[in-house]
Amino acid sequence: MENKNYDVIVIGGGPAGLTSGIYLARAKANALILDSGMIGGQTILTHEIANYPGIESISGFMLANTMKKQAESFGCAIKSNVKVEKLALDESLKSVRLSSGETFTAKAIILASGGRSRMLGVKGEKQFKGMGISYCATCDGDFFTDREIIVVGGGNSALEEAVSLTKYASKVTIVHQFDHFQAFQHAIDEAKANPKIDFIMESKITEFFGDGALQEVEIESIPSGTKTKRKIDGVFIFIGYEAQTEFLVNTSVELNKWNEIVVNSAMETNVEGVYAAGDSLAKKYRQITTAVSDGTIAALSALEYINKK
Amino acid sequence: MVLPTNLKHVATAKELTELINSKENVMVCAGRMGPMCLPVYDIMKSLEESGKYDHVEFRDMLFDSPESGIIRSLPECRGFMGLPFTVYYKNGKVAKATSSIQNMDMVTTILDAEFSK
Repeated sequence: MENKNYDVIVIGGGPAGLTSGIYLARAKANALILDSGMIGGQTILTHEIANYPGIESISGFMLANTMKKQAESFGCAIKSNVKVEKLALDESLKSVRLSSGETFTAKAIILASGGRSRMLGVKGEKQFKGMGISYCATCDGDFFTDREIIVVGGGNSALEEAVSLTKYASKVTIVHQFDHFQAFQHAIDEAKANPKIDFIMESKITEFFGDGALQEVEIESIPSGTKTKRKIDGVFIFIGYEAQTEFLVNTSVELNKWNEIVVNSAMETNVEGVYAAGDSLAKKYRQITTAVSDGTIAALSALEYINKK
Repeated sequence: MVLPTNLKHVATAKELTELINSKENVMVCAGRMGPMCLPVYDIMKSLEESGKYDHVEFRDMLFDSPESGIIRSLPECRGFMGLPFTVYYKNGKVAKATSSIQNMDMVTTILDAEFSK
């Protein structure tokens, strides 16, 4: 019969959660990782990782898969594609109920639910996803060969992906809400030097239109409020990430105004026995290396907590 | 040529035609080993292993193989510009087709609507 009672349950199976799982299971704690999607989190979105110390180059999928195997080899249980429906965190024995009806209990919880790509949240965006709207240049760029596209965003991802999309598209227009970019100077210089790229600054897309596939967008100039329509074949959206913490809304875990989890240096939240790690935290830098660090600290803190009980 | 996933694969158009004509409910995901496709394969494997969808055949197909033209050229996939292309066949006919990444809720909503037991 399947075990339902654990020492620690980790919610989220990205680098932070998997690292926690590795440390917990290696310390002989009974650990379970739950993830709403595929194990690996945002790491699997990365084609090549070249700055993870000790590994010269690896795909995100391979790195995540290796971490998963490592956690499992130490005895950590892992469940992917499950949805957390209810959390009871305030008692000394915590419980997690899934939408399938299964309930698991643990002495401590680590929240490592990570982040996800932010959507514009405007009319037509969901309707035209995969029909002209994309969030992955390397996946979908070749569908837009010799076509005109828009890239939304002003950070490193937006500018770097805009440059890479010029391999396919006949013209790339970057639409950005501010009068300046947030990217590194070399990325800005490269985009500005590319003859296929032009810019619409201090503007935002307010609606998508089309008949089956995307055909047109409405762009609003933020200073003037003027709206204009523009024929377009595709739109790639790279406007950063947001924390996946909706499942914490009805709990007593403290979130900041961006719904990111607030922790101290030991990765403790304001709720006893509840820790957090990774990209869902209120913090400045979000890298695989920082997630791994958070996951380590959260696991060690959780181990100390359960061993004192 | 097939994808290196842990799903069962469809390699040729002939294989797919035989499958959809011999099985009532078939879900086929045509993609690459990229970030938008991998989560969909993973969902399919989870559903296959769950035992709740034993009445559905789950397969993947290499998008870049000429053989996957059988999916790429479907009228239901016209206008698709996001990987993967996922097609749900009921009694040999297309019941539903989706473009780009899907989550578990999206997939099970279609399976429950189109392939009810």
